[in-house]
This record gives sequence, C-alpha cells and structure tokens, in this order.
Amino acid sequence: MSETPQMGQVGPAFPDTQSLTENPPPSAPPPVEQAKKKDSKPASLWSDAWYDLRRRPMFIFSLILIAILLVMSFWPSLFTSIDPFDAKTCELSTARQGPSAGHIFGRDNLGCDVYAKTIYGAKNSIIIGVATTVITALVGGLLGLLAGTRGGLTDTIASRVTEVFFAIPSILGALLITATFRDQGLGIWIVVIALSVLAWPMTYRIMRAAVITARSQDFVLAARALGAGQSRIMFRHLLPNALAPVIVIATINLGGFIAAEAALSFLGVGVTSPDISWGLMIADARNRFLEAPLPLVFPALFLSITVLAFIMLGDAVRDALDPKLR
Amino acid sequence: MSKTSLEALPAEGGLGNEPLLAVDDLHVEFATRGGAVKAVNGVSYSLDAGETLAVLGESGSGKSVTAQAIMGILDIPPARIPKGEVRFHGTDLLKLSEEARTQVRGQRIAMIFQDALSALNPVFTVGWQISEMFRVHRGMSKRDSMKKAVELMDRVRIPAAKQRVNDYPHQFSGGMRQRIMIAMSIALDPEVLIADEPTTALDVTVQAQVMELLAELQRESNMGMILITHDLGVVADVADKIAVMYAGRIVENAPVHDIYKAPAHPYTKGLLESIPRVDHKGQELYAIKGLPPNLLAMPTGCAFHPRCPYRQDNCVTDVPPLYEISGTRNSACHYWREVLDGDQG
Repeated sequence: MSETPQMGQVGPAFPDTQSLTENPPPSAPPPVEQAKKKDSKPASLWSDAWYDLRRRPMFIFSLILIAILLVMSFWPSLFTSIDPFDAKTCELSTARQGPSAGHIFGRDNLGCDVYAKTIYGAKNSIIIGVATTVITALVGGLLGLLAGTRGGLTDTIASRVTEVFFAIPSILGALLITATFRDQGLGIWIVVIALSVLAWPMTYRIMRAAVITARSQDFVLAARALGAGQSRIMFRHLLPNALAPVIVIATINLGGFIAAEAALSFLGVGVTSPDISWGLMIADARNRFLEAPLPLVFPALFLSITVLAFIMLGDAVRDALDPKLR
Repeated sequence: MSKTSLEALPAEGGLGNEPLLAVDDLHVEFATRGGAVKAVNGVSYSLDAGETLAVLGESGSGKSVTAQAIMGILDIPPARIPKGEVRFHGTDLLKLSEEARTQVRGQRIAMIFQDALSALNPVFTVGWQISEMFRVHRGMSKRDSMKKAVELMDRVRIPAAKQRVNDYPHQFSGGMRQRIMIAMSIALDPEVLIADEPTTALDVTVQAQVMELLAELQRESNMGMILITHDLGVVADVADKIAVMYAGRIVENAPVHDIYKAPAHPYTKGLLESIPRVDHKGQELYAIKGLPPNLLAMPTGCAFHPRCPYRQDNCVTDVPPLYEISGTRNSACHYWREVLDGDQG
C-alpha cells in the first residue's frame, strides 16, 4: 500500500512546538482543486463505489449487455418482426431447417423461427433469474444479517429453520410447489416462488458466516465503545463488510436459476408451451440435438451471455465496494 | 440524545467527593467449558478529572476486561458481572439500561484500542467515520460534520488533514491511524478516555508522539484518562498514579513516583527490574520466574506466591488483603514492608 504518508509522522515533519491551533498546519497547501469531486462533500461508501464503478470498463460493458437484454425482454418486437406466438409463423414442413435469409437462426422441431423465439424467450428467463436472485438475496441476506448480528436464540432458530429447507431435495421440492400451486394463475411466478423458497438458505448461510467474521473484528467493538447502537452496527459496520460474498454468490446463482427453470420446464411444471423461455427451448431441442444443434445452441448462448453479464456486474460491484482494490 | 437517560448523570462536578469514575469491587467471569474463568476478582480504582491512571499488568491480568466492563462492551454471555459497581459521577453504570449506556459511551466515556487498523471500519473513509460521531450524536449535517472532522484531524496533528479526509484507513500508517482513532474518541469531548494499549502496535518513535498527543489533549480538556499498558516505560511520563494488576486483582496502587522509587509488591518489583536499562548493558535481562497463573486453577492464597521470591508459608494459604501503606498507596502483599525496604530479591 502507500507508504508515503508514513514519512509525515517521523521526525521534524511534525512540528510539536506548533501549538494546537484550529487552523490547518502551515505546511498544508491550499485545497487542491483537482480533487473536486471529493472536496467538502463527505464521500460515502456508495458514492465512492459509484464514482469508482463509472470508471470500470467491465461495469460499463455488463451494464450495456443487461440494458440490451432488458429492452429485448420488454420490447421484443424491436428485434424481430416475426411473432412466435402466432401459429402461422411455424411450418411443420420446414422443421429443423438450417439458417436462411428470413430465419437466421434456423427453425426448431415445430418449424418455428428460432431467432424470434429466443428474443421472446428472454423475458421469462430474465424475470425468473432476476426475481429469484433478488428475493433470495433479500430474504436470505436480511435473515443472515440478523442471525449473525444477534447470535444466541435468533441465530439458533433461524439456522434450524434453514436446515429444514436444506433437507428438501431441490427438484422434488420445486416439483411439489409448482404442481400444488399451478392452478392458481400465477404463471411464471410460481417458478420464482418455488426456486426462492428452496434457494434462500444458501444466501442466508453465506451472509451469516460473513457477518460473524466481521462481528469479531475490533472495529465493531470500537464502534460500540464510541456509542453506536445495534442497528447502526448492523447496517453501517457489519453489512458493508459482509456484502461481498453475498453479491458474488447472488450473481452466480442467477444463471443457476435460469438453468433450474429449464429443468422444471423440462419436467413439465415450469414454463409450459405455448409460453416461451430459454429453458423450455433448450429442453425441447435437446432430443434432436445431433440432428439440429442450432435450436439448442442459440438460447443456450443467450443464456450464457445473460449469466456472464450479471456475473461481471457482480464482480465489478464487489470490487468497487472494497476500498483496498480501488 | 434523549435527556431522560442522561439525567441520572450530573453534567459537571458530582456528589460531594465522589470521584469522576470509580470502579468498586468489580468481578467479571467468563463461562467456558472448563468452568467459570474469573478474569477480574474484585478490582477497585478511581479516577478524577484531569488525572491519568495507568493500569499495568501482563496479558491476561484482567486489565482490558475491566476496561471493557466499564464501557459495557463485554459480550454477555459468555461474560458475567456477578459483583461490583462502576460509578460514573456517583451513578452505577452497570445498573443502567442498555439504551442509557449507549448514551454514555462515546459521549461521556470513550475508548481507543490497541490496533487502530482493525479498529477502523475498512470500507469507510476516515473523514466519514470521524464525522459520523457528530452526525449521529449531535445531529449535524454532512457538510458541517465533515468540517468538524477536518478540524479534529488537525487537532490530532494529521498533516494535510483536508486532503486526507477522504482517504481510507488502509492508506494511513499505523501512527496516523491511531491518531484518527484518537480523533474519533475525543470528538464528543468525553470526560473519561480509556486507552487500551494505545501504543503497543506502534514503533518506538511513534509511540512517544502518540503518548505526547494524548497527554496534551488531556491537559487541554481536563479529561480523566485510564491508560492500560504492559509497558512501564510508557507510563512514567504521563501517569499520575498506577494500579498494577495480577491475575484479576490489583496488587499495588500508588502515585507514579512512589512506585518507581520503591515498589511495595514483589510483582511490581519484578516488572521494574525487567525493564532493559542502559547501565546494565551486557548483563542478562531479568525476567520474573514462572508463568502467569491459569485463571481456571488459581493458586491458593496469594496468586503470585508460586513466582514470588518473598514467599513465606502463609502466602500459600492466606489471600493477602490490600494493605494500606499510606493514604494513597496500597499493596496486596503480606510482606510489603520487606519488599519496600528491599530486604531480599
């Protein structure tokens, strides 16, 4: 790290004779204007992190990717003139045809346009991935923060409850939840609920462990000694120091959730035809993968790009929140 | 800053001759698998405004635990305070609600720690952390509190404070970090400052500067200061009186000059003799024989007897009371007269 400031305190650089004036020491040059953004305004964790983020190419790149994916989800007609929900656009006679002028990704098992379906499938996949990630991070994160900070009985109860959820085999549990509530008209949200219910304990554990590590550090004791209350310690001292691993695991999980949606769709309980999702497309295409790889490759490629974009975003945010990496 | 919680504590002065801070017969235990570890066994000391009390003792003697009990930052459980009082302006802090204690911490009694790097939150700038004291406890705006932070950094002599206020703790050297910690602790003008080995993690030249700074700040604001250390060399210049702790008890307390002139407890004597001295160059450094006692299995009688050159038979059986030597001086040794006269050892 920077060793230069050390010089300041050794020897005559430190005019002890100069008594305790309220004025800045004469050695201090007038405030430098180049440090404008830092001048006078207190730099908070988030504003510094944001300042740092805007300068990271990886962050900008991932943000652009995510923006494109979001536009694709909500205005798919901007990207394709073919409406895959219109049965007339599919022709069984052209099933598994390779790329052609009007159909650059080729056609799938039912002769539908793969490109249009991929574009239209983004919405469900991204909603499921993002919503599940947000829900698990919030629920697991808050509970983990609370259990890690409080310890004792709160921790014991919360930890035993998560163990119950851990004990449920995930595919069976998801099958059970989706099958039970499939007639409630919840649409794809049933998948979000099923995945969230089963996945939050992982976030909980990571947050709890990180909080416990942070809690034993001196700065928490020092904060208490200087009069910080429990909620201040929880949100100012523990949370920012425990956030990094949660962000990493959340962004990695996001891809996992989209893949889990595919598995559920494959079992017939997730997103079901005529709805479209990448998972469903991958599930449909994999029987004929050797004959026609493209209907599987393209949604899988988009899935990978989405996951990559969110992982890059998470990485950038994590680095920006660690002052030592700036 | 609810007034109700602070009402119990008079702002200035106190009741009669009640000292600013008085620890009275304090006991602290820790529950462990091997049983209750008695870390502090009946410690009493007092502190007046403007006074510096040095609490001296080796690791595990209970000096830090006593300080943490005063601050109310012990984790309970496993810690337990079965007995004792910590009176601040005559009010027993141990009987206050947690909310009321939070009001006292930082504002009336503040503490600084040994390792300032780990005692500062790594993800916030130092300016943010210092100014937070004003925002939380004084309700200041961000801008005003930041100005106060720069002022404080100047006051603890951080060069170019204005430029460095938005730096992070890891960008400072050890001595500078400790200064920042000191700035945070004096931010709200506390009446008592507890410094728990403030210079142990620093190199010798920086140690002297930090001690000097502490002494100066104290003179200025007339704070009472409790200086916890195991380094007798650090103590001599700044302390008014010394309390020597051994195995959770105070074994000797006295004005600083008396102790240096003639210790009245064999343990203090051992500590003094183990200071390296220029005129003993080339000779072997003296060390107190034996090891600190196991707090789970304390020796009978006087806890120091297995290591004591003055040991007699009754030391093994009778716990020595804190004998009064003079009005300001006590020793927990049956044979303090012999020690004082330097008959043996």
